[in-house]
Amino acid sequence: MTSPTRVVTLRIDDREVSAREDETILQVARDNEIFIPTLCCLEGLSTWGACRLCLVEVSGSNKLLAACATRVAQDLEVKTNTPRILAYRRTILELLFSERNHVCSVCVANGECELQNLAQRCGVDHIRVSYRYPELSLDLSNDLFRLDPNRCILCTRCVRVCDEIEGAHTWDVMGRGIDCQVITDLKAPWGESKSCTSCGKCVHVCPTGALSQRGTAIAEVHHHRDFLPYLTQMRGERD
Amino acid sequence: MCPQTVRNEAPSDDKRWKIINATMRRNGDDSHALIETLHSVQETFGYLDDVALSYVAKSLRTPLSRVYGVATFYHFFTLKPQGEHSCVVCTGTACHIKGAQALLSAIKGSFGVAPGETTADNKLSVISARCIGSCGLAPAVVIDGNVMGNLSPQTLVARVEREIG
Repeated sequence: MTSPTRVVTLRIDDREVSAREDETILQVARDNEIFIPTLCCLEGLSTWGACRLCLVEVSGSNKLLAACATRVAQDLEVKTNTPRILAYRRTILELLFSERNHVCSVCVANGECELQNLAQRCGVDHIRVSYRYPELSLDLSNDLFRLDPNRCILCTRCVRVCDEIEGAHTWDVMGRGIDCQVITDLKAPWGESKSCTSCGKCVHVCPTGALSQRGTAIAEVHHHRDFLPYLTQMRGERD
Repeated sequence: MCPQTVRNEAPSDDKRWKIINATMRRNGDDSHALIETLHSVQETFGYLDDVALSYVAKSLRTPLSRVYGVATFYHFFTLKPQGEHSCVVCTGTACHIKGAQALLSAIKGSFGVAPGETTADNKLSVISARCIGSCGLAPAVVIDGNVMGNLSPQTLVARVEREIG
């Protein structure tokens, strides 16, 4: 028998909030409309904790902790907007921009991009490190969708939605460090992938313009994410 | 899920597939045996090609992309056939400071191969590694499994030339 979930109280940015003890700091902050930026996190998918944008200061720890992967606890003191955190956030965003080729003005996701939105919100008006501009070619082999690895931030939302929701696990990440890339099957062209069902879930969860529908031009991408909580809910009821 | 009753057919008549099958069977043909099985393929065939990766993925009921991801994550695995002799140049911190880059450029100059490449005559493969744990010998190189340290570019090139004859 499972014991009933306890309710704990904690402080986020000097605000007294209450939460179930199995919730994460991020969930509680969102319930209370406290802003914590995220990129890899998406409701309905498993926690990944890779983008590090949700780092917060937590009492009793010298390290910054990822709010998406940290459970709440009684009397926890959480700070989400200290100068240290704001500086980290900005640097993380700048490094994401410098790593690949993120030129918003010619991007299909211009105006619908989570990276762009966060950069605007966090005041990233220039990048203090040099751009890497790696040479990465587009994959246009799929009849319906295209992959532009130059816009990819390796949040692995596509990998998780394909594995956890669609169940195909066509996507995964290859290589390590700066050489990481999302791939389909044995790095086969997407259109030749045998496991891909062309369901398009990966395209709709992509936070940037890395995955998009064929035929969309600059700033024409629109993400439909309603399916994700719906599918999760429907599956949950069947268990 | 239905239990797997029939073993997948090996990609060819090559007897070496029996070694791979034995490794997988020893681990219950389960997906957690992926790294172990890839080790077995690497040691048996010398490299991992698409045929082997597909066979392992199918046999262990693991997605192709995950198999490829694991195979490219670890430096131990190679997707291309290796030359007769191998030269692993350590580029860890200690070796870097003691001149690992000079060793790599000397090899590039003498044999025309960069890390990850094999000479056209298939004699020599050059690999770079992040610290082989022999920092006291920096700059260190492993030639055909033998660790050698305190190398200058000239002695390294001479040594490699002797090895590949």
